[in-house]
Parts: sequence; structure tokens; C-alpha cells
Amino acid sequence: MTPDLTGLTGLTGLTLAEARAGLEKGAFSSRELTAAHIEAMAAGRGLNAFITETPERALEMADASDARRRAGEAGPMEGVPIAVKDLFCTEGVRTTAGSRILESFVPPYESTVTANLWRAGAVMLGKTNMDEFAMGSSNMFSFAGPAINPWRRQGDRTGADGRPLVPGGSSGGSAAAVAARLAPGAIGTDTGGSIRQPASFCGVVGLKPTYGRCSRWGIVAFASSLDQAGPLARTVRDCAIMLGAMAGHDAKDSTSVDRPVPDYEAALAGDIKGLRVGIPSEYRVDGMPDEIERLWRRGVAWLEERGAEVGDVSLPHTKYALPAYYIIAPAEASSNLARYDGVRYGLRVPSDDLTEMYEKTRSAGFGAEVKRRVLIGAYVLSAGYYDAYYLKAQKVRSLIAGDFRQAFETVDVVLTPTTPSPAFAVGEKTDDPIAMYLNDVFTGPASLAGLPAISVPAGLSEEGPPLGLQLIGRPFDEETVLRAARALEQAAAFDAMPQGLG
Amino acid sequence: MAEGLLIEGRTGDWEMVIGLEVHAQVISKAKLFSGASTRFGAAPNSQVSLVDAAMPGMLPVINAYCVEQAVRAGLALKSRINLFSVFDRKNYFYPDLPAGYQISQYSQPIVGEGDIVLDLEGGATRTVGITRLHLEQDAGKSLHDRGPAATHVDLNRSGIALMEIVSEPDLRSAEEAGAYMRKLRSILRYIGACDGNMEEGSLRCDANVSVRRPGEAYGTRCEIKNLNSVRFVMRAIDYEARRQIEVIEDGGTVALETRLFDSEAGVTRAMRSKEEAHDYRYFPDPDLLPLVLDQAWVDEIKAALPELPDDKKARFIGDYGLSAYDAGVLVAEKDVADYYETAAQGRDAKLAANWVTSELFGALNKAGLDIAHAPVSAAALGGLIGLIADGAISGRMAKDVFAEMFETGKEAAAIVEAKGLRQVSDEGAIEAVVDRVIAENPAQAEQCRAGNQKLAGWFVGQVMRATQGKANPKLVNEILRIKLSG
Repeated sequence: MTPDLTGLTGLTGLTLAEARAGLEKGAFSSRELTAAHIEAMAAGRGLNAFITETPERALEMADASDARRRAGEAGPMEGVPIAVKDLFCTEGVRTTAGSRILESFVPPYESTVTANLWRAGAVMLGKTNMDEFAMGSSNMFSFAGPAINPWRRQGDRTGADGRPLVPGGSSGGSAAAVAARLAPGAIGTDTGGSIRQPASFCGVVGLKPTYGRCSRWGIVAFASSLDQAGPLARTVRDCAIMLGAMAGHDAKDSTSVDRPVPDYEAALAGDIKGLRVGIPSEYRVDGMPDEIERLWRRGVAWLEERGAEVGDVSLPHTKYALPAYYIIAPAEASSNLARYDGVRYGLRVPSDDLTEMYEKTRSAGFGAEVKRRVLIGAYVLSAGYYDAYYLKAQKVRSLIAGDFRQAFETVDVVLTPTTPSPAFAVGEKTDDPIAMYLNDVFTGPASLAGLPAISVPAGLSEEGPPLGLQLIGRPFDEETVLRAARALEQAAAFDAMPQGLG
Repeated sequence: MAEGLLIEGRTGDWEMVIGLEVHAQVISKAKLFSGASTRFGAAPNSQVSLVDAAMPGMLPVINAYCVEQAVRAGLALKSRINLFSVFDRKNYFYPDLPAGYQISQYSQPIVGEGDIVLDLEGGATRTVGITRLHLEQDAGKSLHDRGPAATHVDLNRSGIALMEIVSEPDLRSAEEAGAYMRKLRSILRYIGACDGNMEEGSLRCDANVSVRRPGEAYGTRCEIKNLNSVRFVMRAIDYEARRQIEVIEDGGTVALETRLFDSEAGVTRAMRSKEEAHDYRYFPDPDLLPLVLDQAWVDEIKAALPELPDDKKARFIGDYGLSAYDAGVLVAEKDVADYYETAAQGRDAKLAANWVTSELFGALNKAGLDIAHAPVSAAALGGLIGLIADGAISGRMAKDVFAEMFETGKEAAAIVEAKGLRQVSDEGAIEAVVDRVIAENPAQAEQCRAGNQKLAGWFVGQVMRATQGKANPKLVNEILRIKLSG
């Protein structure tokens, strides 16, 4: 058989499902598919999407996959190469969390989610760039330097003077890698929008599953009650395939939920006739650009055209979500990051004095945004402020979850924009942390409520880079979310290509 | 409050107010949140899981057996079991605390209020309140003496389950504090929740001590940390109370602070003041769900509890007619109580109590053995007591027989037979000897009949000697009394 349908570069244009089909048919081997992506990864280094490339391991895994397929033991993602956010601990492969403090940390263990993916047959291309400890919405806060969005602004209309755009964050490297065809799929983590916002900025699909759906074991913790692993890929189907491999109960994570993993891909079949879609008026925030509003209305029209019943819902506590998020997440982070103390692993800046060793190590090892959040977190938990900040934020969190519970009595999914703006340029918003935090305004509430939510590319902004729409669903109802997302995807028919493919 | 508990100062009487926080290591093969072993004495850092070392991305998973142990302890302390409790993080930096926080229970512990009955001197009792019991992880151990320029850390202890048991400030003397520690230890050992080994650090105590004029409001307290023997608890409290009285009587005020007890010098020393105290920034651990217990499960544990020391003591007093004191001594250790009951089975229960508490305890003490390793089994001691009770040997002879039993592990009857020690209780035989002794000593007999009581004892000695000590002394006395009466 002669593989005439593609040259090597053509293989990187395939979606994950297409690649899987090609492998199944024997049109190409995992080694060929993987080699093509390794080549793309090398060619795309200008994007700085990877902190660590693992080409040798990728080819070994690909060969092993080809052998399994020959032996008739193919898993659901057999032979498909993917990129892994550098927050997932990978055995024998450096895992930095985007931080200098873990610059040389090599875990002796494999995270549950990545182990599940390898068991399904997937192949690891490398570890992707990210905001340090997953704190950020730009990927500018990485010790390895910023990852770059393969999309560009058009012309000079915005005065961007040719500066590259950020891919969003914190899973910026994963989103950039998928958009730039360096990988057909990647995994990320989402704490307040860290999968959905970069997916929106880079024109790919990004899914944050229900809290508890994927194990957190082996994922470097940012905010334990919010962190959740999820897929980024170029189609909704690809995300469904990946989630099926990632999800499942894990006795090693007490917050992981013991319920069967449905066939997410099968859930894509069928239409959305009669699907009840809620539009929360509270998401019409001040200063939201017209084009975001128009995109949202377009989304409504697309769903209605396909038989969905769209109506208003109220999520009255939405405006308190962002402040509550920026109390709870830093509070947990301030405690989760205490283990990086220079004593057992990671960076140590020596000193004869213990306190000074701590101070020097953490001063040198953490970047400015991490320090800011650790300080905020320690402050809101401290004696005398706990009730006013942390406890109140937890009450707000309950109210927000209650808002959604009530809304889901009358609707099946909620439709919102993913972000209040398209991707901004590297260097913008860095001097104003609050402006940066506003990126999470639409993604934060679903995180606080622990709900599944997906961002689907829905069009291009006037400036050029893409914009996404977000669908939020009931707990553990990823199937409905995916099915609705598939309908949006078909209607949007988003087929624009980023300029920075190289 | 009893007069005797007051301390006399230069300016009048003072009363101590003491509350104890006891850390009891839970008996469990694995740690509270990891599967690592808890075996004592292993090579440093050989029993450390990825969780215990706080590696990135590691998560705690609660050990259900430790929860069961805490519930068992709560039930044994007649305490409320909270079906809903929460694990919190207590945040502070120290090299032997790998995560930078200790998982503990702060505002919602697994066990609430209860009480404990102290056994005091002379058989008196006093009930003291338990405030709470909660589960928490132990930290590792910092070793500062392995080199001049470095501190080493052993994480074997890191993550081991502890129960922190907090008393109300109900204790009023070092003796009561000692009795509290002994009783708590006894109860925890009965139910198998803690081995109570203070030398290995399985039971540690922090004492909160203050003084006040009788009847007045509480004074400022000091906390004395990490007392690792009952004796140290008592000595530290006594010293600390007297120190505080001196400070106040000299016109000063007691500072709220944490102190350490120097057992060699016998004094407490300031460690840190409250101003320097950590802000632990407690908050619910988001890696763990709240602990929710099923009442039926708690009831099952309750139904399976063994007989506890107080109930056993009441039974020993009621069924065996023992004094409160003896019963208290016998039930303190379950092994002793079991030994006693076996030895007393079908025998004179009071006699058995005397033998266990005097001869057996004395011999064990001298040999440095505990009851589990007693060379004389409970059944064997019962055999000896049986021989005494049916007059086969005298109490005097029994002590020698016991000594030999302890030495050789032989049965009492065998020793008595082999040595021909069986007591002569044949009245005719004894009478014959008595007659012979009187006939051989007519002058002494005459004086005795005339009222010289000293000589009556001399005649007993002569008869016993003539029978090589085997004559039943009671019979000898009776017969002599008749034969030598005026």
C-alpha cells in the first residue's frame, strides 16, 4: 500500500478523529503521524508553545502503539500524538508548572489523567507552556517566556504595531500548539477559565469538565476546589474523544466522583430540537464590545435555527463571581504553594538561616503574579479577615451555584460569550492586574459552581483573531454540552486558519 | 473545692487551674492520609509516601480505620460523636512539615463534649470534662544533632494519625493531672486506639496552667509543650504554678506564653509569647470532602466496645467485694484485670486480689517484667490460692512456693508435693506433737499456765519446728490454747 493521500505536512492538518481513522485504516502509522508533528513542533518553536519537547519519547511511544495495533490491541486514542500542559506530572519528564522553582523538577510518578491517556494509546509530544502555576490569562507569566498566539491582528488598525498576540492562559501553550497544528489535541487545566479563555483566543475548542470528572492526582495544584483537567482540540468531536479517555473515578483523589464515563462521542449524534438554552442577561457587562454582543446574538440565532428554544434566565449573583473567585483561588493557592520551600525538591537558594533560606528561595523561585496571589491568599485567610473575605466569598460561591441550579430547572444549557474581548498583544494589560483578571469574568462563575463548560470558536473579531462562545451545562451533563457545542460548531463552520502557521 | 488542693503562698492561698491537651498516636498500620507504614523504629525516611513528602500534585485520602479508632475513643470517653466533621489546614512553615500545612480539625471536630472519671488516692473519684477530640497528622522529626551546620529531617512520623484530646480546665492539682493522664491512657489502651507508650512518643501532653485566688476568675495561662511522661506532666505543673504565684506575689503579671519543661533542671522556660504566635490561617482542606458518618456505623462500633475500666471497676466491687482502691488498681490495665479474673475464677476473690496486687506486682516489679510476661500464669496463681484456701499450705508457706513458681514456672501443687510441704491439718497428729512438746518443757508450760503470754508464742514456734513448719498454724494455736489454759 502506498500512502499517497498525504505528505508528512498534510498529516498535521488532520483532526484527531481523522488521524485516528487514518491509523485504523492503516493509511499511515503512528510513527509517521508523530514524526510529522515532531517536525511541526520544531518548525513552530517561534510560538514558544512547549517548555519541554519529548521527541524521542514520542517516537518510542508511537512505535509501541504501532506494535499494539499490529497485535490487535488498539485503544480508543491509539497512536494519536498529543501535547500536555506542563502542570501534569509526567514520570521521568521534567514538570515545571511554568515556574523557576520547579525548573529542574522531574517527577517519579505519572498523573492519573496522563496515565489514562497513555493507556488509551495516546502519544506524548511534549510539555506545553503556561502561566506560572496556572495563574494568569495571557501566558506571559511563564519562567520560560510567553507563548505566542499563531493568530495575528489584521493590518495596523488597532495600533498593535506588529506585536504578537497572547494565546491566553493559563493553558496558552496547549491552545497555541493545537491552533498552529503542532498537535491535534492537547490537555490543559481550568481553574477560572484557563482552558476556555485560551481556546477562545486561539480559535480552538476547549472543554472544562464538571469538577470531579477527571482526577486531580498528579496535577500540580493551584486551587484545589476549582482545578479541573480538560481537552483542547480543533473540533468538538476531538474533545469528546479525549474526555472519554481522561475521565474516570480515581481512589487517589477524594474529590473525584465515582460514576460511569459515558460514551461522549456517541452523545454527539442527534440534533438539538427542543433543547432549552438560557441567555443570562447579567453577562451583558459594562464596556463589552459590540462585536461580542453581536457574536452572542449570532449564537442564539444558530441554535434557534436548529430547533433549540432560547429564553432568558437570571443568574443574579454573577457580578460577585469574579471577586469571590479572586479570593478563594488565591487563598487555596497560598496554602498549596507552601510546599515549595527549598527543603525537599526544586530550587533552593542556600542560607545559614532557615527563614532567610525560605525567603530567598521563594523570592527567586516565584514570579510577580504568583507572589501577588500568595500574598492575597494569605491575607484573606488571616485572623480578623477570614470572615470578611474568605467566608463571605464561600457564601457567594454557594449563591452562584444556587443561581445555576435554579436556571437549570428551566433550561438545559446556558449560552454566553467566552471572553469579553479577543486576544490582546503581548505586553498589554501587564501593568494592571485587575484588567487581566477581567478576562475570567464569563468563565469564573461556572468554575465556582463546578459545572461543565465549553468554548467553541464562533467567528473572527474585527481585529482578526477569533472569538469563542461558551456553553455551560448541568453537573456531569457533558453529553448535552457537547451535543449543543457540536450544533454551534456546525453552524459557525469556523474554518479560518491562523496566519502564524509558518 | 477540697481544702487540701490549695497552695499556700506568702500572701494567702492559691488554686491551680489546669487543662490538658493530649496527643495520642492512633494504632493503625497506615498513616492518616497515605498508605505508608507507621512501624516504630524504622530507618529514617524509609516510611514516607509521595503524599507524606508533599510532592507536587499529591492528594490526601482519609484512612477509614483511623476514623473508626477516633469514634471508638470518643465513645469510650462518653463523648458526642459528630456525624459531620471537617478537616482543616493549619498553615505554617517548618522543614519537618513538608506541605507547609498540617491537616487537622479546627472548628468542626469528629468528637465533641464528654467526660472522664479520675481515680484518686484512697479510692475517691472525680469527673472531669472532655472538650473535644479531633484527628490530625503528625509532623516529621527535625534532628539538630547530626552535624554542626545542618539539620536533618526524618519524615517517618510525617502523616501518622494523632488524636488530640482536649480537657476542660477542670483539673486542680498536679496529682489530678497525673490521674487524668493515667486514666486516659488506660481507656485508650482498653479499646486499642493508642498503645499509650509515652517513651516512643505515642502519648504526649501539653498542659495549660494558671493560678487564681479560690473562687475568683481564671488567671492568665501558660502552655507547657510536649511533656512525655506522667511524672514530667506533674513536675512541670507543680513548678509552673509555683512560678506563677511567685510572679504575682512579687507584684508582676503572668504573661500569656508557650513554655518548655527542662526535665533535667526541673523548670519551665519561655519558648514564645502570644505576640510571636503563628497565625495559622486555618481553612477547610479543599482536597478532602467533609467527613460524614452514619449513625448505624457508630452504633455498631459502640456495641462492639469492650468493657471499659469504670464498668469493670464497678463490677469488681459488686461481684468480688473488692475495695474501690483494689478494684481501681486491678482494672487500670486490661491485662491485669484479665489476669486477676482468671486467677480468681472459683477462688476467694479478695485473697486473689491481695496476691495479685502484693506478691505478683512485687515480683514483677523486681524482675522488671510486665504482666504479659509473668512467669506465673493466672491459672497457676489460682492454683496456689486454692491450696491456701483449702488449708493445704499456710500463707507463710505459700510465699515460698510462689517464689519458686516465679523462678521455675512450675505449678504450685507440684512444688508442694515435691518438697513435702503439704500442711498437716490432722488434729490428732498435731495434738500428739503438742503433748510431746509440753511434756518436754514442763517448766515453761507451768509459767504459761500462770499467765506468761510470751511463752504461748514460744510453744507455737516449738510445735512448728517439730513439724518442719507443716502444721496448720491455726490448729496449733487452738490446741495449745486449750492445753495450756489455766
